Amino acid sequence: MNTILMNSNKKSAGIAAVVAKNEETILAEWIREMSGSVRRTDLIKESDLRAQCAQFLQLMKDGLETGNVNFQSSVWEKTREMLGDLSRSRAALGFMPSETASFVFSMKRPLFTQVRQDSKDDAEALAEQMWIITELLDSMGLYTTEVFQKSREEMIRRQQEELLELSTPVVKLWDGVLALPVIGTLDSARTQVVMESLLQAIVETNSRIAIIDITGVPTVDTVVAQHLLKTVTAARLMGADCIISGVRPQIAQTIVHLGINLLDVTTKANLASAFALALRKLGITFVRDTQKS
Amino acid sequence: MAVTSTENLPLVSEPDVVAIRRRVREISAQLGFTLVDQTKVVTAASELARNTVIYGGGGIVQLESLNGPRVGLRLIFEDKGPGIPDVELALRNGFTTGSGMGLGLGGAKRLVNDFEIVSRTGEGTKVTITRWK
Repeated sequence: MNTILMNSNKKSAGIAAVVAKNEETILAEWIREMSGSVRRTDLIKESDLRAQCAQFLQLMKDGLETGNVNFQSSVWEKTREMLGDLSRSRAALGFMPSETASFVFSMKRPLFTQVRQDSKDDAEALAEQMWIITELLDSMGLYTTEVFQKSREEMIRRQQEELLELSTPVVKLWDGVLALPVIGTLDSARTQVVMESLLQAIVETNSRIAIIDITGVPTVDTVVAQHLLKTVTAARLMGADCIISGVRPQIAQTIVHLGINLLDVTTKANLASAFALALRKLGITFVRDTQKS
Repeated sequence: MAVTSTENLPLVSEPDVVAIRRRVREISAQLGFTLVDQTKVVTAASELARNTVIYGGGGIVQLESLNGPRVGLRLIFEDKGPGIPDVELALRNGFTTGSGMGLGLGGAKRLVNDFEIVSRTGEGTKVTITRWK
């Protein structure tokens, strides 16, 4: 076991020497090797790409010199950092995951060519060196994909949170009348945000009536209904009356079949009639100016 | 009875429930259901899908488009969860072992034309619903 390990240490240092000797050639061939889809000159500048390649080659050489070819070990910490940054920036720039991994994989051929020339008389040594490089570059390529995936997931999660904030605006329709148009699915997380922003707005504007408009909610099932009722109850505790508007015919029928009791809540078919009711409750009446109409 | 197309969808977490609602809406619209019928079957699917996730510990749903002699949509929800000891009680309005309203299962039954539930304690639950056009 020990001799094999020492052997592989020596082999890896040997590769490092080959890299050091032919650095310029490998770099030039590697960049040429990258097809248009990997280079993506529309997304990244040629000079930036060249700098990334040179930096990676340098780190690769340093790592190989230590003789430790386990990519998970601390020796490769800096390389992991560099590839991690590269993947994250590429994910943000709009690269495909395969294009990102190909940054590493496209280095195989130029590196193989140089190693082959160096040990062309020793078939066994050549095979071992090839194996070391393949294993190392494969784990690096997989690592870039992993980081890429993680940063995408992170991006999606952040956008979901932003959407949650954006999608629950509380608007003031009149002095003392608030409206809250709900759009999309009303799950527990959404309800929490909706309720918080509504209660906050009731306090800030000292409103007496809040209209929750569900025109944009495609399905009202028992969970949505439960969330709506909770919001209505909480608003009532704050001293505001709630009106639910935007109850379409198909939603009304479904609620009846489900057996949900909304009798304690004032509901209206659309926002306009809910607003009219709110004004009536506040004792505000409009009179048409007959001279103008 | 001719089944024109069948598809299976996983039911593991809350986002799967949203996906099933969307798919059921699409299929029922393709089959030519009226807006009211679409909404009914989507809502029933939503209730049963959520039950599968929350009480059944996840499972699968099979969606079957039926074509001829009658057009309809059949949904089969299946889980390997703890099962329902007393189905009759579970169907009663207001009964729940969780934090919901206790209207989902019975409500789903009222929203569709055919409703069948088979549940064995410790083995799982299978609910089959059909809505005809």
